[in-house]
Amino acid sequence: MTAARTGLGDLEEAPGPGRRRERAADRHGTGVGLPAWMWFPAALGFLLIALPVFGLLWEADWAEMPSLLTSPAALSALRLSLLTAAVSTTLCLLFGGPLAVVLARGRINRFPGLMRAIRSIVLLPLVLPPVVGGLALLFLLGARGLVGQGLNTAFGIFIPFTTIAVILAQTFVAMPFLIVALEGALRTAGERYEATAATLGASPALAFRRVTVPLVLPGLASGLVLAFARCMGEFGATIAFAGSLEGTTRTLPLLVYLQGETDIAGAVALSLLLVVVSLIVIVVGRPRGTDGQR
Amino acid sequence: MSPGEAGAGGVELTARLDRDGFALDLELSVGGGEVVAVLGPNGAGKSTLLGILSGLLRPDRGSLTVGGRTLLDTATGAFVPAHRRGVGLLAQEPLLFPHLSAQANVEFGPRAQGTPRREAQERARRLLDDVGVGALAARRPSQLSGGQQQRVALARALSPRPGLLLLDEPLAALDVDATPAMRTLLRRVIADSKQTALLVTHDALDALVLADRVVVLDRGRIVEQGPARDVLARPRSAFSARIAGLDLVPGVADGAGVRTADGVELQGKAVEVTDGEPAVAVFPPSAVSVHTVRPEGSPRNVFPVRIAALEPRGDTVRLRAGVAGAGPAWTDGLAADVTPAAVAELGVEPGQDVWFAVKATEVAVHGRQP
Amino acid sequence: MNTRSAYRAAGAVVSAAALGLLAACGGGGGDAGGEAGQGDQAQAGGPLTVFAAASLTGTFEELEREFEAANPGTDVTFNFAGSSTLAQQITQGAPADVFASADQSNMDKVTEPELTEGEPTLFATNTLQIAVAPQNPKDVTSLETLTQPDLRTVICAPQVPCGAATERVEQAAGVDIPAVSEEQDVKAVLQKVQTGNADAGLVYKTDVAASGGQVEGVDFPQASEAVNDYPIAVLKSTRNAELAQRWVEFVTGDEGKRVLEAAGFGSP
Repeated sequence: MTAARTGLGDLEEAPGPGRRRERAADRHGTGVGLPAWMWFPAALGFLLIALPVFGLLWEADWAEMPSLLTSPAALSALRLSLLTAAVSTTLCLLFGGPLAVVLARGRINRFPGLMRAIRSIVLLPLVLPPVVGGLALLFLLGARGLVGQGLNTAFGIFIPFTTIAVILAQTFVAMPFLIVALEGALRTAGERYEATAATLGASPALAFRRVTVPLVLPGLASGLVLAFARCMGEFGATIAFAGSLEGTTRTLPLLVYLQGETDIAGAVALSLLLVVVSLIVIVVGRPRGTDGQR
Repeated sequence: MSPGEAGAGGVELTARLDRDGFALDLELSVGGGEVVAVLGPNGAGKSTLLGILSGLLRPDRGSLTVGGRTLLDTATGAFVPAHRRGVGLLAQEPLLFPHLSAQANVEFGPRAQGTPRREAQERARRLLDDVGVGALAARRPSQLSGGQQQRVALARALSPRPGLLLLDEPLAALDVDATPAMRTLLRRVIADSKQTALLVTHDALDALVLADRVVVLDRGRIVEQGPARDVLARPRSAFSARIAGLDLVPGVADGAGVRTADGVELQGKAVEVTDGEPAVAVFPPSAVSVHTVRPEGSPRNVFPVRIAALEPRGDTVRLRAGVAGAGPAWTDGLAADVTPAAVAELGVEPGQDVWFAVKATEVAVHGRQP
Repeated sequence: MNTRSAYRAAGAVVSAAALGLLAACGGGGGDAGGEAGQGDQAQAGGPLTVFAAASLTGTFEELEREFEAANPGTDVTFNFAGSSTLAQQITQGAPADVFASADQSNMDKVTEPELTEGEPTLFATNTLQIAVAPQNPKDVTSLETLTQPDLRTVICAPQVPCGAATERVEQAAGVDIPAVSEEQDVKAVLQKVQTGNADAGLVYKTDVAASGGQVEGVDFPQASEAVNDYPIAVLKSTRNAELAQRWVEFVTGDEGKRVLEAAGFGSP
């Protein structure tokens, strides 16, 4: 009979600071050990990622670095990459965000398979070679494309070879990253908090704004970082759909690839620039929580 | 309180629902300010009932009014969505919004209803003080213990001033140490303050302490209902017998024990009750020892009973008591669980007068609904 | 494609790793071909790996069939890519028997560290042509036409051979073509014209010929200012010098000439 105990009330039990101390102590714990063999493939995996980057550093011509990185072509490509990645990431948020919410929360009771089909299509760019995506965009929006032809004849709008094409290509390949991260966060958060908000009188819109969004913010942030990084690195879809012209469509990865034809030192320098930008995005933009410290 | 007098805060529900082999068919009313406990085995339809009341589920046929306001009527197609029902919920898990402080959690409801910020803050502060966590208002849920979180959740559920508060096993997920205090708190802020409420629970004690009335649900139907003490002390359905099965002696709190109407003092351990309050002594039948002569010594509660029945229950035998000649009337229905060997040794049989003894340490004294 | 860019970017280190894989795959393929490999110094037959400029894809594949028919037991494997990519792979130690480049400068990258057996032989030339849609709807007649602002022209970037050739013909004609895109390789230029997204593109004659009528070629006089020479050489790394030499002779011989000419190549 638990009720027979004279509880002192729970105010005395485990107050906040004590719990925090407990958690700090956990961090020094040894935890449950790993199987020893795990370290070997883990180390190989790490080397497979780290060594090529190290190779870049090794290959780099450090004396020439400043002049290589400040050439008009390099600066123009960097500017274009940052600009288009920023715009594309925003588009991912504006369209991919609601899409993720619909996929995680929307109910189409009458067609249970529909959501699954939609999700499969949405995730396609993740597994598709980007160049295929670029060709697909070209066949949709190109001169003889399904939509492109109409746009061209009706409004004189022609998208390939423009900066808009770069942005569309980046958005195409990066949007699934945001959707996956956000949908995962939404599913983890679950609908219980929203249901609770409803019993407190919050309309669905208010519950979304004041409860759902703050809850998934870390997931959303990591999705945005991934999407931005993916945009910065986009190559295949861009070159297939947008072409390559300095200042208009030649982003940093395209310049790296082109530079590699004649000037390895320049290509390496630009590659390092991409590595640095990516690292900044990952380190600065990564929400706490993905590093296991919560 | 009869349904007719439900008044402004009353709840009237009729609902029929058929889903995947499960059928719910019930008629339920809760009077204004009344607390009704719903007991029932898993799958009895308790969650379905809560879903219908809170607006997460639509019955096939039925109607619901809370405080005279129609929230649901399948005949006219009326359906008020969850957020406009004024039906609050305190669940097993506190489900505090993790990104908001305790204070902001409690302000959430009033703010959602459009209450001015200043007033919402004021109300939240008062409620947090009421539930005893006023000093922790600025903390995030992660900085609160489970019991503290549930207190904040209670304040939050009350803050929009719901016409009906649903309590879905509100104590089930708490540490055993935190349970008695929370139960007492619920009694104070819900039962005593006449908050119309429906309590779903597995625990007979919760029903006893918090509810005016108990409804036993089984396979979608009400199989038993009545005042909490009657249903729990003299269960008629198999389920209520199983979960209740406790020995209950009502009276008035007196020191650490209970004084019954006929002046007998039962020693026990008081759990957050004050002298003079209506209280009930609670002990499990397994704590009762049976003697053919009055036992002496150690601090025990001893009272004479006449054996009314022997009920074999697997490896024990339950001796059901009746009133022994001049013995106290409240002994009627008390139970003692003894081993078959003890039954043989004592040679008890129905109609025989014996003594029931229970140690004070086994008797818990709780406040109760008068 | 992204991996491809990363690959290029990472240059030496990564390509060395990639080549390791390539070698492994090549070896596996050879073994699968039959028991002929191993101790056989390949008097007749054996595996042969040819690194060839992408523009040679069609002709070399046709020649392969005839060569294998004439030399039973041989199995020719190609690695078609941009000449500079191939030159880089060879200097990094990729296992190849023959290198056929689309220009002299990339062959020089291989001859300078003395990775070839003897002097390379010129076996074909290629010149630029303006590729337009069939029936030439925009009525393109010369390089000057391409400066019209309403005409979308795509060319190769100056860093790649076809782009270098384009710069030379532009200079010769005294025009500056306002291209909407400067592509990485000639196939990309051709594709943009084929899909109608570009009105005109500067490509090689052989590309027009290989398009099977999907584009039409427009000759222009300045094309003679940028003649691309195709040298071919046996590599020192070959494990079957005799067979490699026989392939070079086959390509430079009558049969090779016939097939190359049919594909739009000129004779050196």
